Amino acid sequence: MNDPTPVNAAAIRVDLQLVADMVEPGSRVLDIGCGEGLLLDYLGRFKQVDGRGIELSMAGVRAAVACGLSVIQGDADTDLQTYPPGAFDYVILSHTLQATRDPRTLLCHMLRIGRRAIVSFPNFGYWRVRLALLLTGRMPVTKTLTYQWYDTPNIHLCTIRDFTLLCREEGIAIEKAISLDSRGTARFDGGRRLSNLLGEQAVFLLRRT
Amino acid sequence: MTVQDSSGGIADLSSDLRFEIGTDDPLRLDCGIDLAPVTIAYRTYGRLNADKSNAILICHALTGDHHVANTHPITGKSGWWQPMVGPGRILDTDRYFLICSNVLGGCMGSTGPLSIDPASGRPWCLKFPGITIADMVRAQTRLIDHLGIDQLFCVIGGSMGGMQVLEWAAHHPQRVFSAIPIATAARHSAQNIAFNEVSRQAILADPNFLGGDYPLHGVKPSRGLAVARMAAHITYLSETALHRKFGRNLAGRDHFTYGFDADFQVESYLRHQGSTFVERFDANSYLFITRAMDYFDLAAESDGVLANAFARTPVRFCVVSFTSDWLFPTRESRALVHALNAVAANVSFVEIESDKGHDAFLLDEPDFHATLSGFIDSAAEHRGLGRRFFR
Repeated sequence: MNDPTPVNAAAIRVDLQLVADMVEPGSRVLDIGCGEGLLLDYLGRFKQVDGRGIELSMAGVRAAVACGLSVIQGDADTDLQTYPPGAFDYVILSHTLQATRDPRTLLCHMLRIGRRAIVSFPNFGYWRVRLALLLTGRMPVTKTLTYQWYDTPNIHLCTIRDFTLLCREEGIAIEKAISLDSRGTARFDGGRRLSNLLGEQAVFLLRRT
Repeated sequence: MTVQDSSGGIADLSSDLRFEIGTDDPLRLDCGIDLAPVTIAYRTYGRLNADKSNAILICHALTGDHHVANTHPITGKSGWWQPMVGPGRILDTDRYFLICSNVLGGCMGSTGPLSIDPASGRPWCLKFPGITIADMVRAQTRLIDHLGIDQLFCVIGGSMGGMQVLEWAAHHPQRVFSAIPIATAARHSAQNIAFNEVSRQAILADPNFLGGDYPLHGVKPSRGLAVARMAAHITYLSETALHRKFGRNLAGRDHFTYGFDADFQVESYLRHQGSTFVERFDANSYLFITRAMDYFDLAAESDGVLANAFARTPVRFCVVSFTSDWLFPTRESRALVHALNAVAANVSFVEIESDKGHDAFLLDEPDFHATLSGFIDSAAEHRGLGRRFFR
């Protein structure tokens, strides 16, 4: 039998690393849309986190559970209702918000069942996205938005500014906002105007007010 | 206390172990009756470690028994989970101490309707008290006490075995470190009760049933029990699996007989399933055990809220279902998972893609085995039993 451990856990995607850095060691974490559990595995090994995951794809769930992670097959849009309030310290949604049917309700559920929420998403306000649409007149396909319009799971794309406004409307406090440029290295304070133009993706740490 | 075990040999044919519940401390059943004496027949594989933290209880299904990984004494076939058990396998006899007991009400050595009623000196037959899944688990807790084990590292089982797993987790949460309910449900559905009723009526309609007293007259309601098994067996498979295996192929002939012999292979297959089953199973046991399944409903005793049955549970769960299982479909497992989520339990849930129906849990399904292996290894690490070295 082969060792099913899938990851060189020291090397995770840069946006996942940013998310991981926001999590306090030893906390309780729910990762929504956890895929094969790369982030959960990392958090378990390096931050002693009590982690759970929800993943839509059965292949992802099987891989995660086979690695010893506590992951269930489920749908972010429908399966959060059953969790009790305050069950987790952090509820994480990495690059999944834009693919959900009802992001607003989902966000509220995340902050109901978690004390804090960490959300990352591709920024549709990124200058290359704007330019691509302006110059080609076609739906933008970039490094973070890799799909054609007809096969994309991303049905609710937003800009950093859109997201910030939604948080304000819902009375959600933004504790930290980081945006990443195309190299994934330079970081801007996501709260500033410029980040909506220069950030290819964003990571938000949110709290109930 | 010394604990006997069969030293881990998967081909070990040493006789069954027996545990007796004496009349001084009878088993209080859900129906209110105090049952004693009670014999529980069981098998063990592997060795119990010094701090007794490596025990896995395997719960068998309706027509299973405790011959998990040894040659069956009646059929001569290998154990029902033989490929799962052994050194280096998923249920690793080098690491774990495996226990499986024949359920209360069974007919493979544990006290059941064929046992002698001490009041009359004759077999209980239909006078055997009605039993429940909780009663089966009560008898198992006595056995685990007897073995000196405070907490089981894992309780695992499919189908009715999965019901026992859930019963353990719900009512003895401190005694269960991890639980793996497979292809099961927290309550028996109306459809499943209906299937069981068809099976029971087939038995009751057999002229040899004699009001359940057939053991006193040296006969068996074999026709009825065989039909019961045939009906039930269909529910363990799937249309796809049946079609792949038999299609519309004729059985040893090239034209229809225009009679009611087994023209089709699927018919002769079912007849074979029925006739071999009656060799090893008692009809009265079938009645009592199917009834126990029908009565099972964990939510009912918790104000109809399943989550309440698991409030503050410390147990780590791994729930498994199969896509083509129409006896215990995935939605039953999902309802269970939602209830466990509602109490923020530690739960994994995987639906395995398989076209082999309910019986998939007994078969070699690589995704299923990878899931079990990953979950058990991880649970072992959390329990302090170390991480497995992969071969």
